[in-house]
Amino acid sequence: MRLAVIVFPGSNCDLDLYEALHTVCGADVEYVSHKATSLAGFDGVMIPGGFSYGDYLRAGAIARFAPVMKEVIRLAKAGAPVFGTCNGFQILTEAGLLPGALKKNDSQRFVCKTVALEVVNNQTRFTHQYTAHERINLPIAHADGSFYADQATLDQLEANGQVVFRYAEENPNGSLNNIAGITNAAGNVLGMMPHPERAVEAILGNTDGLRLFKSLLTPAAAD
Amino acid sequence: MKVRIFVTYKQSVFDPQGETIKDAIHALGHQGVTGVTVGKFFDVTFAPETADVEAAVQAIADQLLVNFNMETYTYQVMEEK
Repeated sequence: MRLAVIVFPGSNCDLDLYEALHTVCGADVEYVSHKATSLAGFDGVMIPGGFSYGDYLRAGAIARFAPVMKEVIRLAKAGAPVFGTCNGFQILTEAGLLPGALKKNDSQRFVCKTVALEVVNNQTRFTHQYTAHERINLPIAHADGSFYADQATLDQLEANGQVVFRYAEENPNGSLNNIAGITNAAGNVLGMMPHPERAVEAILGNTDGLRLFKSLLTPAAAD
Repeated sequence: MKVRIFVTYKQSVFDPQGETIKDAIHALGHQGVTGVTVGKFFDVTFAPETADVEAAVQAIADQLLVNFNMETYTYQVMEEK
């Protein structure tokens, strides 16, 4: 599986994502510029955290118009795995690949800490190496992470098993239904505010994020 | 021609900035203030020969300036000075 880590102006977790995949997991991964017009030869897309285009207008709003996004959308529609963390999640909602939106944290503060999460759905291509309802801890670092969607969309997300991660103890940002990460209806696009790529080695103090990448790289028997 | 486009959260969406500012206003002693809404505005200037400015405004708002999951907008055509 060959993966692209998209680099936008203002991305700042691209290196973390690349290292988690390449150095820690031994994956075939390459940086791809936001200006690229083709993702031919790539089997999946990783959209990193950061502040693409300075979060101007709304977080992720301008990145949606980068040339590479046409290709990201093409791959997503074709069923390829697409993963976005933090700003990547915001970009995926702005691009219409995931429902809902991320708004300012209720606290009005940038929140940077480790939070407890529940793996709500371990039957996805990103989470099958976790156990059902497993509690994990992952770092968050964001100011605009409050997940919002109208009630009908929330009901649909819950009914379809699209809520993959939920804040398990405190809700750090005001997200509705304590949502920390969701997939699209097809299950091949995952967006989440927490940073699994920052929790993949013992030296980082936490390895709870590692199995997300291992899940992606080792398709379950059912796939 | 200049058009001012106002973008705010929908009324049903909690506006944390507005709430924080309201609290600060209360701290100033203005207890009579019951609500503050924070939004953004964009002054968009069109070339005089632009054919259908209102259609353009709507397209720009729909496709870029507004996230309809959580936001709404209004606009006004500004007086020529």
